[in-house]
Amino acid sequence: MSTDPHMSGLTGKVVHDVVVPARAPWLHHVKAGQTLRIVDLEGNQAVDFLLYSAADDAERYSAQDTVSAQGNLFLRTGTKLLSNEGNALMTIAATSVDYHDTIGGACSCESNTLRYGHHTKAEHACVENFLEANLLEGRGKRDIVSNINFFMNVPVEPDGSLGIVDGISAPGLTVDLRAEMDVVVVVSNCPQVNNPCNGFNPTPVRMIVVA
Amino acid sequence: MTQTLADPLAARDHARAQGGTVVESMPVLPPVADDLPAGVAAADLLWEETIAAGGYATRRLSRGSRLRLIDLNGDACASLLVFNAEMPTERLNVADTVKIQWNAYLGAGKLLLSDMGRVLFSILEDDAGTHDTFCGTSNAATNSAKYGEGRNSGAYPSGRDRFLLGTAKHGLGRRDVHPCVNLFKGAKIEADGTITPEVGPFASGRSVVLRAEMDVIVVIANVPHVLDPRAEWSVTPLRATAWQGAVTAEDDAVRNATPEGLRAFTNVEDYFRR
Repeated sequence: MSTDPHMSGLTGKVVHDVVVPARAPWLHHVKAGQTLRIVDLEGNQAVDFLLYSAADDAERYSAQDTVSAQGNLFLRTGTKLLSNEGNALMTIAATSVDYHDTIGGACSCESNTLRYGHHTKAEHACVENFLEANLLEGRGKRDIVSNINFFMNVPVEPDGSLGIVDGISAPGLTVDLRAEMDVVVVVSNCPQVNNPCNGFNPTPVRMIVVA
Repeated sequence: MTQTLADPLAARDHARAQGGTVVESMPVLPPVADDLPAGVAAADLLWEETIAAGGYATRRLSRGSRLRLIDLNGDACASLLVFNAEMPTERLNVADTVKIQWNAYLGAGKLLLSDMGRVLFSILEDDAGTHDTFCGTSNAATNSAKYGEGRNSGAYPSGRDRFLLGTAKHGLGRRDVHPCVNLFKGAKIEADGTITPEVGPFASGRSVVLRAEMDVIVVIANVPHVLDPRAEWSVTPLRATAWQGAVTAEDDAVRNATPEGLRAFTNVEDYFRR
């Protein structure tokens, strides 16, 4: 019996268990039926997340198809993460956070110049991580689409105002994702320091895959 | 008809006799429009096309060009993909568009931003007010579930399949079809995240005028909004008109409206500094 609190509620054999350093990319193939748990180790750490079908990576996560199918912007327990062709890639099997974001996108060097000013252009950014990881498998810029931001909070006000606000996550909170087909997971452990998405202090996250 | 098929010259005559036919949804070549804004000469006209209900169209537009879309009969839905024409890996980024402008609802003065921190289109005029950055468009699976079929070759083609054909005509493929925006059909977000579609039908003749801020490829699909609650397939023709216009000046009000937008324009100006 594991006494590791991050393993609580997980069943099956651990086939992968790694801590992704602050600011780093991560790429992993998850087989159909396996579950990926992401642990926000220190709290308020945005985990920018893309998904591809392993068999055909032109089929990939679609934020727009996902929110339309459930009629709601927020990703919660039970949300099916749909592809651009309408197939379920993964399902949020459980999460100890109220909801997760999929409208805020990923920070990039270029978008940072708009949001904060050109002095931030040299800072590391999620799109740099997405590119670095995807290039390992022959994917590139065309393969980067609107992503999920686990542990990130982007409310929309009645007049359409929106912004990344203080996280609703906390140390040790988790999200469990069950693969509905063989998928490639590409993550950027967000390095952003100019808004509250990481509590202005990027921290490590833990990835556990059980089969 | 058997006789026509059996004889090439008769087949030619049969085909040629169809020339000059005028239908509701078609391009007009050379373009003619009798309702151009004051100050726009007939010679400035670039494109005049009525896009069929369920149809699509695509066009390359130069920096400064104006694109006017008119919802002729109140039930069009213009789903847009936008690319940098000379480097189509740069394209519309819906997430950056809403995040950088701190607002999700499109309207006059708003920008459509690329994934490279630049402005692809700015919205100069909008008397519709119901647009959507969240829902994307239909695909073959959603249309099959809702209307019984979703093939390009059937009666109810999906927006994604229309986009695939439109982008393919620029040599692009499945990886290039990115999240889109929808004009004329809206989506309001409730406090709990619920999406409320606004599909009308609306008054006839609502219009949006866009200004290309870079050389762009635009692909427009005119299919029912993906969250249209009506059981029946319902969409009406969409008119597209484009004309030449001046590149955005330094004192332009839209360019200077916000610090984020201004930096996006300065990034465009930097891109064209060559």
